[in-house]
Amino acid sequence: MLHEPATPAAKDPSGPYKIKLGVRMFIVYMLFYAIFVAINLIFPKAMGMIIFAGLNLVTVYGFALIIFALIEALIYDFLCHKKETFYKKQEESTGEA
Amino acid sequence: MAITIFLVFVFFVIGLSLFLGNKTKTSKAYYAAGGNIHWGVNGIAFAGDYLSAASFLGICGMIATLGFDGFLYSIGYLAGWIVALFVVAEPLKRLGKYTFTDAVDANYNSRGIKLTAAISTLVVSICYLIPQMVGAGVLVQPLLGLPHAWGVIMVGAIVITIVATAGMASTTYVQFIKGLLLIVFSSILVGAVVVRGLSTQPDQGGTVEFHRYADLSAQISGDQIVVDDPQYTVLDQQEIKGGYKFVNLSSEGLETWWYVSETGSGIVLHETQSTVVKADGKWINGAIESESNTLRMVGNLEKIDGEGNVETGKLNVFSFLAKLSDKDTIFRTWKTANFVDSANQKVTVYYPQLVTGDQFMRPGLKFKVEGTGLEKLDFLSLMIALFLGTAALPHILIRYYTVPNPASARKSTIIAIAAIGFFYILTLFMGLGAAINGSINPADSNMSAPLLARSFSEILFAIISAIAFATVLGTVSGLIVAASGAVAHDIFDRYLKIKMTDQQKVRAGKITAFAIGGVAILLGILFKGINVSFLVGLAFAVAASANLPAIVMLLFWKKTTAKGIAASITIGILSSLILIALSPELYTLYGRNPLDAPVPLNNPGIISIPLSFITLVVVSLLTQKKKEIE
Repeated sequence: MLHEPATPAAKDPSGPYKIKLGVRMFIVYMLFYAIFVAINLIFPKAMGMIIFAGLNLVTVYGFALIIFALIEALIYDFLCHKKETFYKKQEESTGEA
Repeated sequence: MAITIFLVFVFFVIGLSLFLGNKTKTSKAYYAAGGNIHWGVNGIAFAGDYLSAASFLGICGMIATLGFDGFLYSIGYLAGWIVALFVVAEPLKRLGKYTFTDAVDANYNSRGIKLTAAISTLVVSICYLIPQMVGAGVLVQPLLGLPHAWGVIMVGAIVITIVATAGMASTTYVQFIKGLLLIVFSSILVGAVVVRGLSTQPDQGGTVEFHRYADLSAQISGDQIVVDDPQYTVLDQQEIKGGYKFVNLSSEGLETWWYVSETGSGIVLHETQSTVVKADGKWINGAIESESNTLRMVGNLEKIDGEGNVETGKLNVFSFLAKLSDKDTIFRTWKTANFVDSANQKVTVYYPQLVTGDQFMRPGLKFKVEGTGLEKLDFLSLMIALFLGTAALPHILIRYYTVPNPASARKSTIIAIAAIGFFYILTLFMGLGAAINGSINPADSNMSAPLLARSFSEILFAIISAIAFATVLGTVSGLIVAASGAVAHDIFDRYLKIKMTDQQKVRAGKITAFAIGGVAILLGILFKGINVSFLVGLAFAVAASANLPAIVMLLFWKKTTAKGIAASITIGILSSLILIALSPELYTLYGRNPLDAPVPLNNPGIISIPLSFITLVVVSLLTQKKKEIE
């Protein structure tokens, strides 16, 4: 017996699009994160450079990583929702026809 | 006041659990809160689940003592949610039923996966439980005046009640309330820190007199240190590993330890704090321990922008950070040394170190990013584990089953990212606030955030401590639900195929919750005194090694086989646990020389995560034929 989901999920035609989008956005964030780690390892002193409003690079970059995560998440949700709505409308119009 | 607020919260939580318990009759209600939690509530509950004692107590404590290095945990923990959102959230919701095992086994129905994934859930949950329980013990000492062990036992008992009454339903609402309270009151605390501003003589609003630590000049005569001030007589000299020297001085009948630093023109002795275990009890700073003689709280600025005796008054968030990042701002930080003196007594010395603002506010005090290749590798390993660990934590993954559909799983993750991200930004201010307001207990940095609250008012301290306690309750509840699901659902029901009615399954889950709660209590007592954030970092490494390769590969690689998943989980658990057990940090815990540790890395992720991925690929490729036959 397989482990069926707790709440059966309806067929999702936007699934492949969301997976592809998710992977791409994940790669973008991962690169941003990897650059942060790399600067710490390769040019650790550069992280102490004051770059904005008296704040050093590592503080600004650290905050940017947190804020960028939220921005990417909102963009992802917006694009997924748009695609889901598109397919929903298509399904409705096909049903009506 | 503190006790009243704490008790009100505890009774409210237990009352809520009993109320919800009456509605929890089925296994779906017990393990997945019926699968109909609103995504907004689930998102904040995610935050309540995730923002554990490590986030609140551990990170703030680490920032307070080691500066920006502590904030790296905040960055890594938050970045991990990107993996959860973009890679795991929706697919996992589609696949699973109650547990992590359900999801990885959904397409295979393999006994090997059931067993290994259940064991992995148990191991990761227990690794994560330890720091939470340690945090509970730490909190209860100043809050209720009870010993560490009683704090651990109390949390264990309350959490068992929460979980055994209504499972995931009560756990969700406890986490939701705790998540909200934590964010609101941490914001208030940060506001208070910034408005108070900076001072080189922090007196906590006039409530605690600032103690200025003394320096004495001395000379070396032969191999003996002689203090210039004739009032002081040298009783003992000790040198520890790393060349750090300490002298025991007597003056007016008071025996105190001083830290020796050499300057170009001679020697300077710096006043320290110390505890000495003597035959008649523990002595603190030269007098026997008592209610009025305890370790002084520490942490202050010696200079602000190069000036001593300064008070800045009200600042904004940017100027607060800017002044602390200045190279002419000097932090007085504290280190610990343990040794045995010439009278064979155990001595612990807390000695000061001056650190400039530009050093304190960038990585380097804990993670030696300017050190050797191995030290750099250790840092890289930690950052990888933090990034990949979140999406592999069983107690986080099961929260995807409490919402009605994949879109809700996605939306609740976004709410979680917003709430958790905001909180993590606050941790930097809380940690720094503790570092400069004399709010660090030199013997245990974990209490820095609540002690910072105490520097403003007893009421704020009571509220923050009660929330910190709730933080432990929320996370431990989630962990126990995950662990009891692994035993009762995955092993008893699915692996051993013990026939149970739905009600019997719920009862099995509750009994398991009792047993795991008992184990958590025991471990919380045994691991007293370790920084909780460090321990959680290790739990992340185990989770990322054991679970993430299986989740990612089953979603994105069609050649993945059941044997490949089972082997990868097994290798991931074993390799990460063995590497941790043989690491320098654990050698220190065993009381052995960390340089003798066979594994030079403290963070195993950089070895164990790729090893787990490689195992999955190799075993899957070797078992392709069998898959085709199946």
